[in-house]
Amino acid sequence: MSKSDPNAPKRLALIASKGTLDWAYPPSILASAAAAMEWEVGIFFTFYGLTLLKPQLTATVSPLGNPAMPMKMPFGPEGFQNINWPMPNILMANVPGFESVATTLMKQTFHNKGVATVEELRDMCVEMDVRMIGCQMTMDVFGFKREDFIKECEIGGAATFLEYAADADVQLFI
Amino acid sequence: MTDVIKEDQVLDCSGMLCPLPVVKTSKAMKELQSGQILKMIATDPGAPPDMEAWSRQTGNEMLRSMTEDGKFVFFLRKK
Repeated sequence: MSKSDPNAPKRLALIASKGTLDWAYPPSILASAAAAMEWEVGIFFTFYGLTLLKPQLTATVSPLGNPAMPMKMPFGPEGFQNINWPMPNILMANVPGFESVATTLMKQTFHNKGVATVEELRDMCVEMDVRMIGCQMTMDVFGFKREDFIKECEIGGAATFLEYAADADVQLFI
Repeated sequence: MTDVIKEDQVLDCSGMLCPLPVVKTSKAMKELQSGQILKMIATDPGAPPDMEAWSRQTGNEMLRSMTEDGKFVFFLRKK
């Protein structure tokens, strides 16, 4: 529906350009919340964000290069959980498995606090008819095939997204 | 003493954080008939402003927003 129709629902157009666990959340949360508010929602998954359309999500997070990321423990007494552990770069860059530890900590903390997983949020988006567009150019560049992604998504390019975004009330690049 | 609102359905979102309360509410509302009332319970401190926004955006009226036993309770009427 176009903006010329006064009864058209509001529309949100998102670009999801990052594929790490922390950056997978903002588009998932905004899309599901907007769809719950009966807005039309479309997400263009491009560059590293394209991997968020894989059937099995393997998104991880690294505190390296994320200097503001709090490193907190998801267990123990409250005072212990509230400690923000200092993580020197030398440790993050050189200790094998540090990224998987950080990923596990983030997933456990989010679970403990009552945050949905990215997979759950994506399922909700699918259920609420969020339009998901995988970037054709990114597929070509990184060597992905259509079968690498969930069947609910469509494949398109910049023009496909821009046409959708032109009639959107809110457009965000994430 | 305020009037008692009789709900048709109860949805407990205790322990859930954003965006689950609005998503679950939206889903529960789809099961109701026009005019029926949903009572939603949440513990997310972001729920009161978010549920007000959800109500304005969807047109489902917020009949009451209150705190009960340390939880947030909302009564919403399906449009």
